[in-house]
Amino acid sequence: MSNDSWQKTLLVALVLCLVFSVLVSGAAVVLRPTQEANQRLDVQRNLLLAAGLAEAGAPADLVGELMASVEAQIIDLDSGTQNTDVNPDTFDAISAARKPATSEALDSEADLGRIKRRANMAKVYLLKKEGQLTGVVLPVYGSGLYSTLYGFIALDADLRTVRGLKFYEQGETAGLGAEVDNPRWLAKWPGKMVLDETGVAKVDVVKGGVNPSSPTIAYEVDAISGATLTSKGVSALLQFWLGPDGFGPYLAKLKAQQMEAS
Amino acid sequence: MSVDKRIVLDPLVDTNPITLQMLGICSALAVTTSLAASLLMCLALTGVLVASSASISLIRKQIPTNIRIIVQMTIIASLVIVVDQLLRAYAFDLSKRLSVFVGLIITNCIVMGRAEAYAMKNPVIPSMLDGLGNGLGYSLVLIVVAVIREFFGTGGLLGYQLLPKVTEGGWYYPNGLMMLAPSAFFIIGLMIWAFRTWKPAQVEKPEYRISHVHRTELS
Repeated sequence: MSNDSWQKTLLVALVLCLVFSVLVSGAAVVLRPTQEANQRLDVQRNLLLAAGLAEAGAPADLVGELMASVEAQIIDLDSGTQNTDVNPDTFDAISAARKPATSEALDSEADLGRIKRRANMAKVYLLKKEGQLTGVVLPVYGSGLYSTLYGFIALDADLRTVRGLKFYEQGETAGLGAEVDNPRWLAKWPGKMVLDETGVAKVDVVKGGVNPSSPTIAYEVDAISGATLTSKGVSALLQFWLGPDGFGPYLAKLKAQQMEAS
Repeated sequence: MSVDKRIVLDPLVDTNPITLQMLGICSALAVTTSLAASLLMCLALTGVLVASSASISLIRKQIPTNIRIIVQMTIIASLVIVVDQLLRAYAFDLSKRLSVFVGLIITNCIVMGRAEAYAMKNPVIPSMLDGLGNGLGYSLVLIVVAVIREFFGTGGLLGYQLLPKVTEGGWYYPNGLMMLAPSAFFIIGLMIWAFRTWKPAQVEKPEYRISHVHRTELS
């Protein structure tokens, strides 16, 4: 059979496809558990970093140990109440935001983080010490300049002061927008206020650096130099997630609970 | 020098895939902002290149000419996916930094170029050596570019701070241009210049000359 006959062409194509599809799917199936474990570990490590509980590059067993001390809860975003029907361990926020049944479309005015759809539920993490609430970690995401930024913001017990901010996934320009990952920039966040006394989201990044005599200095953070649009994306997504369409109702409820308890 | 040795060593300088053959420039621009990412990229590309050259050479006598490019693409693409999966499983942090560029090895001209130019016509062992040589030639350029870019762009190497930066109270102003793709163009351009000054045989013959017209020939 000549190499260029149609029978041979078909045979070679078929055998080739078979052999390599087995190779590719084999690799994907065999390696998936390790990859998923890596991804989970990476997200958890970033969560702990935002909460200030672990250092960058914390080993896997330490991350697991610390995660056990953090209480995960599923909440309904609109009402701000806990939803105990959903298991926090199996809840997937990203797929929930994609499915029409578990999410709602945002109109362009409300959609500050440019995420188009928002899941009805979200997974929050409560930090507790001897039964007392010491902080809360909220998952946030939204558009930067070229990519969607995924991260966590941790708030102190007063639910207004930032305890830490960390992004675990972003695809901004290396050296410019990707500096949202830079620990030195992220270090500017702890201690800043993101909500005012009445619980209204109020946080801003300032191009060219915060004016030290600004009356609202507690709510302002220096923008990343050379990455104004990415910085704006960060403040917009925080405004959204801390606002009425995000965790606003939940934070208000949590605050009310605190008042009652004290 | 034995023939096998030549196959591996020639692509390092004499027929370097980037500086002479001008292949694989895209990824050389993209991943060279940090040395660690570049090293992983080199490893991934060399691995894919050796494996693809070997497998294409192995079945080279069975490949129908009409579909040979598709056959090569299928083999290369499958190998790249496997490598990508392996990196995600065992080098998660770095593979996150390389993001799409591992996947883009599929379209890296070096891999296709060596498959078509060498592995289709030569036995398995020389093809593997050719793949290895070209992979190393690519790696050489990438490492040089990455060292220059990371050192001047951040004042450090492999994450270790070597020059104290102004933002941390030192004296070194990081060169922002080094973090952007055009700087790799300049560095690779200068490397090509250096290589060709060292090895004048690499200089191409001009395709045409500007002819000088004497003014008496005009009008």
